[in-house]
Formats: sequence, C-alpha cells, structure tokens
Amino acid sequence: MTIFQYILLGFLVVCAISVSFSKNLLNSILIYMSYSLVMSLIWVCLESPDLAITEAAVGAGVTSILFFATLKKIHGIQIEKTEKEGEDHE
Amino acid sequence: MSKPKPQKEYEKTGAFHFFRWLSGCKDPYVGEVEMKPQKEEVVPESTILERMNERQMIRDKVYDAENNKGLVIFHRIYVASAILFCIALVGLLLYTVSYLPRTGNPSNPDNNEVAERYIESGLQETGAMNIVSGMILTYRAFDTFGETNVLFIATCCVMILLMVDDSILKKQEEKNDRRFEPKNDAILQGTAFVLCPIIFIFGIYVILNGHLSPGGGFSGGAILGAGLILYVCAFGFKKTQQFFNEHIYKVAKITALCMYGLIGTYFYITGANGIENHIPLGIPGHILSSGIILPINICVGLEVACTMYAFYALFRRGGL
Repeated sequence: MTIFQYILLGFLVVCAISVSFSKNLLNSILIYMSYSLVMSLIWVCLESPDLAITEAAVGAGVTSILFFATLKKIHGIQIEKTEKEGEDHE
Repeated sequence: MSKPKPQKEYEKTGAFHFFRWLSGCKDPYVGEVEMKPQKEEVVPESTILERMNERQMIRDKVYDAENNKGLVIFHRIYVASAILFCIALVGLLLYTVSYLPRTGNPSNPDNNEVAERYIESGLQETGAMNIVSGMILTYRAFDTFGETNVLFIATCCVMILLMVDDSILKKQEEKNDRRFEPKNDAILQGTAFVLCPIIFIFGIYVILNGHLSPGGGFSGGAILGAGLILYVCAFGFKKTQQFFNEHIYKVAKITALCMYGLIGTYFYITGANGIENHIPLGIPGHILSSGIILPINICVGLEVACTMYAFYALFRRGGL
C-alpha cells in the first residue's frame, strides 16, 4: 500500500509541475483534472472517503468543466481552427 | 371575518409583491439592471498592422543587444537572482516544515479534548454513524450555515454579472439554435442516456445516507449538479428547461436556504440556552435518525446542486 501511495504522490508532483509548463491551455486543464483524480485516490488511502467524494465531484468534475466553458468563451481552444487553416493552405 | 381589500390597495402590500415574485410574473431585475450580451470588438486591419509595426520597432530598439550592453548584464543578473530567490524560498519553507511535529504523534497540539469529545460522545449526542457529518452539521452547524450562504451569494453575484435578458437570449437562439451546445453527438447522448439516471440516483443516495455513510449534503449536491451538467451537454438547454427552469431553480434554492435557516435557528437557540429540543435522535444506523442532520443534508444538497448547475448555465449561455 505504501508503494502505491508513493507512486501516486510522485504522479501528483509530475502533474503539478507539468500544469505550469504546458503551453496549451487545454492540456493544462486536462492535467489539472488528472491531478484532482489522483488527489481523490490519495484521500481514499488516507481514510477520508468524504473528502474523496467531494474532490472527485468538485475538483475533477465541475471545476474543470467551468474552466472549459471559460476557455471556449475567451476563444482559447483553437486547435481545430489552426489545423483546418493549415489544410486549406496546403 | 376580514374584508377583501380592493385590488389597488392590495397591489401596494408586501404580500402581493411576494406572491408575484413567487409565481414568476415579474422579475425585479428586468428593466432595472443592464442585461445585454457583450459586443464583439471589431478592429480594422490597418490598426493591427500599425500596432505590430510599432511593437516591432520598440522591440528592435530596446532589445538591441549589441548597442546596449547594460541590458545584457541586467538580464543575466535578473535570471541568476530569480533562481537564487526560488532556491532560498524553497529552502526556507523546507526548514520550517522540519520544525512541525510528526503526524500521528500523541502529544501533538491537535490531539486535545475537542477531538476526544467528538470521537467519544459524538454518536451518543448527534446520533450519526458518520462522525464527520455529525460534527459539521450539529457541533459546527453555524459554520456550515455560513458556507451555504457564501454559495448563495456567489451565485447571486454571477447572476448579476453574467445574466442576459430573456428576450435577447431567445432572439439569439432563433438565429442559431445550436450555437451554445455541441452538435447532436450520438456518443455523448448515448452515454448520458445510460449514465444520467445512475448519477442522479447515486447523488440522492449520498445525500440521504449522509449520516450513515461517507458523503453528505455537499458531496451529494455536487454529484447531482455534475449529472445535470452532463444532461445539458448532451441534450441541450431546451430539454433541461422542461424539468429545471429558472422558476424551479429560484424556488428550490430559496426554500432550501430558508429551511436550513429555520431548523438551524431552532437548534442554536435551544442549544445556546440549554433548553431541551424536541427533535428525536432515533436509533443510530437507521435511515430516519440523528435528528436535524438528515433534513439539513437535504437542504445543503439542493442548494449545492442548484449552485453547480447555475454556474455552468450562466457561464455557458447567460441564463438558466
């Protein structure tokens, strides 16, 4: 069990660092989402299932959906557009 | 026997305004508060080119490394000092952490008589199998009431900032019906068709079993809200409005908050003055037990579910 926890903690650190180093905002949100999921697993390991349920529902679910909605509003998701334009030019 | 008042006099009373608001006849915001969607800014191409030219000129002048040796030195010192500062900060924080007591040590300051009381007599005094639920909804019910109010005020603020007038919203929808929703995605709709009922039932289960098993009002409400968001994503706002529109939202949210306030007030007054309250605790382990925890859990769950859905709908489209 402790080895499993160490793997999860390592994953947490990797996620936290790669959120700030990712250049694509969409990728950052996805990594943040996985950070929350790993965090909820750690809460289960620490024997606090109440927090685990809340973290999974709020952190991984609703917050990232709100981030997606905001990104769409500020036109932050532009992958499809640039790909299409690239195809047109070629 | 009281005489019925004439219509004109009745319209001046508070009761008339209250029932008019309750039935959704008149929105106090419409016509009073500015509710228009943001205009898209159009910038002519010549100004963009001009700005880019200016920016390039400034960049060439300022970052001219050959003629500006001070800048190069400053940049090097800047990078070095930034790295040094980061290392110093990390070292300082780690040094402080090493002074904290070890987790699980019996002589830690967090192992005091408060936690002991919660663990030893929590089941007896609150009747809840789940000590966390019993703690936050009876011993610390006042704090939780404040948190619920924070959620309420947050949605009110988001509504004031992002709500768009209904008539404008309808016009936009006529122009482009599916503007704010994803296209009729067969995979998404199939998944939502299977998952939504399960998510709703799980959310209700978590809320109703808050005093018996892990979970409670906040987690269950968040699950319910997430289920509603999934339903909206798959089937669009029109289908959701058939069972969850602005009117139902308002009534559910305000009823839940008022119910919590009433139950809580009774509980605080009797508790603070040492009066015996008449809420039966029941047998621990049964679904109808543990006094005020079950109704308060339902209220908090409704409040949180409404808040989550309202945040999404307002961010997405500017209306419920």
